[in-house]
Amino acid sequence: MRTTVPIVTAFIAGFVLVVAFFFRGSTLIGSLRDEFTAWITIIGGFTLALGVASIIRVNWTAVARRKRDWPYKILTLVAVLGMGIPSVLPVSWSSLLGNTPGSIYDWLFEYMQKPMMATMFATLAFYIASAAYRAFRARSPEATLLLVTATLVMLWRVPMGEAFLNLFPGDVPEWLNTYVMGGANMAVQRGIIIGAALGAASMSLRLILGIERMYMGKG
Amino acid sequence: MTCFRLSAVVLSLAALYPEVSWAQDQADPLFRADRINALVLVLVFSAAILLYTRWARAGKPLFLRRIPGLDAVEEAVGRATEMGRPVLFIPGIQELDDIETIAGVSILGRVAKITAQYETPLMVPVRYPLVLAASQEVVEQAYTEMGRRDSYDKDTVRYVAGEQFAFTATVNGYMMRERPAANIYMGAFFAESLLLAETGNAAGSIQIAGTARPEQLPFFIAACDYTLMGEELYAASAYLSREPVMTGGLKGQDFIKMIIVVLVIIGVVLVTFGMGDWFVHLFEEV
Repeated sequence: MRTTVPIVTAFIAGFVLVVAFFFRGSTLIGSLRDEFTAWITIIGGFTLALGVASIIRVNWTAVARRKRDWPYKILTLVAVLGMGIPSVLPVSWSSLLGNTPGSIYDWLFEYMQKPMMATMFATLAFYIASAAYRAFRARSPEATLLLVTATLVMLWRVPMGEAFLNLFPGDVPEWLNTYVMGGANMAVQRGIIIGAALGAASMSLRLILGIERMYMGKG
Repeated sequence: MTCFRLSAVVLSLAALYPEVSWAQDQADPLFRADRINALVLVLVFSAAILLYTRWARAGKPLFLRRIPGLDAVEEAVGRATEMGRPVLFIPGIQELDDIETIAGVSILGRVAKITAQYETPLMVPVRYPLVLAASQEVVEQAYTEMGRRDSYDKDTVRYVAGEQFAFTATVNGYMMRERPAANIYMGAFFAESLLLAETGNAAGSIQIAGTARPEQLPFFIAACDYTLMGEELYAASAYLSREPVMTGGLKGQDFIKMIIVVLVIIGVVLVTFGMGDWFVHLFEEV
């Protein structure tokens, strides 16, 4: 039963979605597709409670058992409950509730969560620098070729670098655009995309036909 | 018999949708003839996979090339066991309706079996509750199959945050505090790929990544020890299971790839000589 039900569900859902691709929305199969898509959202909504329960259980256990860094877990719990509870309470009780502008949720989102997310994203610049340093070390002919190509492409991507490249004879930026980005880079990217698309289609077919069962822990 | 039953179920659903149009309108035909080329591809592709799967079932030996990244999974878990440190597995940051996430969860099943066998702690942070439920099921099943049901901790798989960078910050913090011996990233990743992989690198972990997103591959290649590129991610479950039936699916995929390569060569030649318009048109929406 634990194996049969997921396999039958995957077969019906997969079959309907594949066939629906070839029919218009007004058909029975088109309606079924819309219905199935809506069910993904409905099931996802219900499972949100699982996520919240998981966060609370993991952090509360750490606090209760005084595990390492337990004070930070209190902070996490306060953040989850402090942002979650006011946002689900009705606005009719107070203008601070709900998620409209001026609410507690909105204030926390605008002035705490957004800046923190922006900070995390901004640190990417430093990570790129350290990764690039490691990747571009000229230890072999291939790595040297990568270093030279990357330097040229990076120069071309900034106005000052492009102006510098234009000092050389021949249209270097145009050459980079045509042969490096539009040639070698594009060909490799398309090769990977075609391979990945076929891999995804093959895996989907294996799932629909019940051949692939490892996502259920079988095999 | 099962197929007949399934067809009966699908057809009986018609009764639930009486308002749906059944008659074909000439001005707006129900069948999308403009997608007939995609239908042909789907049929040929399905036939190839089924044919190779049948051959595999019949016992015909099928060759699979080595994928070093997948061979390294067991080595990485072994290293974690020797060092007494955990293994971190991230099945991407997309929802379960993304095929990359399903591929990641499938690989998680295999990794969980190895960690169960070696009794190595495993940590699986996820970004979506649906992925949480599926991953918990997979890990529990793996521990049960290995006879280590008592070692299974429900909090092995945990939901950490729904926001991309909150998730990244949590996982990065975990890496720096717990210093996992092995980090395995399998699934869909975006801007956080380098943040995660560089932090893992700084923590001294052996890292294996796999994604089908070409724009994230350079970051993983720069920061990880092994990287599965594109189709290798989807081949992983078949490769790790070594089941002939699943291997057949991979060979069918290779066959279609060969057809595509031949078609590309024909197209290049025809277009080069100015005779390829009709050929290119075959692959567009008609």
